Amino acid sequence: MAELYHAVAQAIRQDELCAVVTVLSGDEIGRKLLVRRERKVEGSSSAVAATGSLGHTALEQAVLARAAEAMEARRTTRISLPVEEQEWDLLIDVHLPQERLVIVGAVHIAIPLVSFARELGLYTVVIDARPIFATQDRFGHVDELIRCWPDEALQEMKLNESSYVVTLTHDEKLDTPALICALNCPAGYIGALGSKRTHAKRVAALQEAGVSDEQISRIHAPIGLDLGGRSPGEIALAIMAEIVQVRNRRKEVGR
Amino acid sequence: MKDILADIDNWQQAGKRVALATVVQVYGSAPRPLGAKLAVSEDGAMVGSVSGGCVESAAVQEALEVLETGTPRLVSYGIADETAWEVGLACGGTIEVFIEPLDW
Repeated sequence: MAELYHAVAQAIRQDELCAVVTVLSGDEIGRKLLVRRERKVEGSSSAVAATGSLGHTALEQAVLARAAEAMEARRTTRISLPVEEQEWDLLIDVHLPQERLVIVGAVHIAIPLVSFARELGLYTVVIDARPIFATQDRFGHVDELIRCWPDEALQEMKLNESSYVVTLTHDEKLDTPALICALNCPAGYIGALGSKRTHAKRVAALQEAGVSDEQISRIHAPIGLDLGGRSPGEIALAIMAEIVQVRNRRKEVGR
Repeated sequence: MKDILADIDNWQQAGKRVALATVVQVYGSAPRPLGAKLAVSEDGAMVGSVSGGCVESAAVQEALEVLETGTPRLVSYGIADETAWEVGLACGGTIEVFIEPLDW
């Protein structure tokens, strides 16, 4: 008793993607299983039963596959699962990590971008080592303002699928190491500000640093949906709109 | 669920029993999605929500009964049944809520 709840609470507090499966009716009503993911090489992962029990091994085996799908789709689902001549009424309750927008570069565009992201319920982080950019006056509205080198800050952050990273510094020395860090993590969105020409140069620098083309293709560049805007607010809106689109499309795929 | 963990911890540390209500089915329009949660302490305090406020008091009653009996139950709130007339889902949808003692 209490062991399962503590495991669930800990996973949620640590912003881990997990699922809690509950039997909703029948003799085993109320039985639960916490399902977590075991990360394997190159971003693939498998679901593993962590704590709790549904009382039947065959049921748990069948549930793991469905829980993995639900976690992939990032969507809580009620299912009816036939196992051993019985129809099981189950809730697969998917707990998502808090969505985070990590902005590299405390530039002008970052100011409205923080406002939009907060409005949409995202936790916001701005990273910039340059003291004249990263000021409390400009970023009083951000959840976290980190004054250090972007790659160092990113390495400590444990970026996950609910983390969205944008690089806005326009400075290769800052953006490129930050992008390499982000690409090493399963971040749900990675975008880089800059023209097609800037991006071509960036791609070359990343290739030279040993980043694979497949990884490089995860970068959204030029960043943002094409709204035809030029002002900082319009560009911030285009970036935010693209993040929302990417996140919602991923959910759609799971339906 | 993250937003209700602190209250649950406080209640449990104070030696109080806690029930958990979770939205497990949504028909039509409903203010809270699948998985939305309401926690209830044995003295009737609540945190979180399973609707926009329209079925919470009924869910709290049900949760207190669940704490008494120790048995989880599935409860349906919607315009089609009588309790729903009393509690009234303003949006016209139906929700099914699973209510269980948090003893796991």
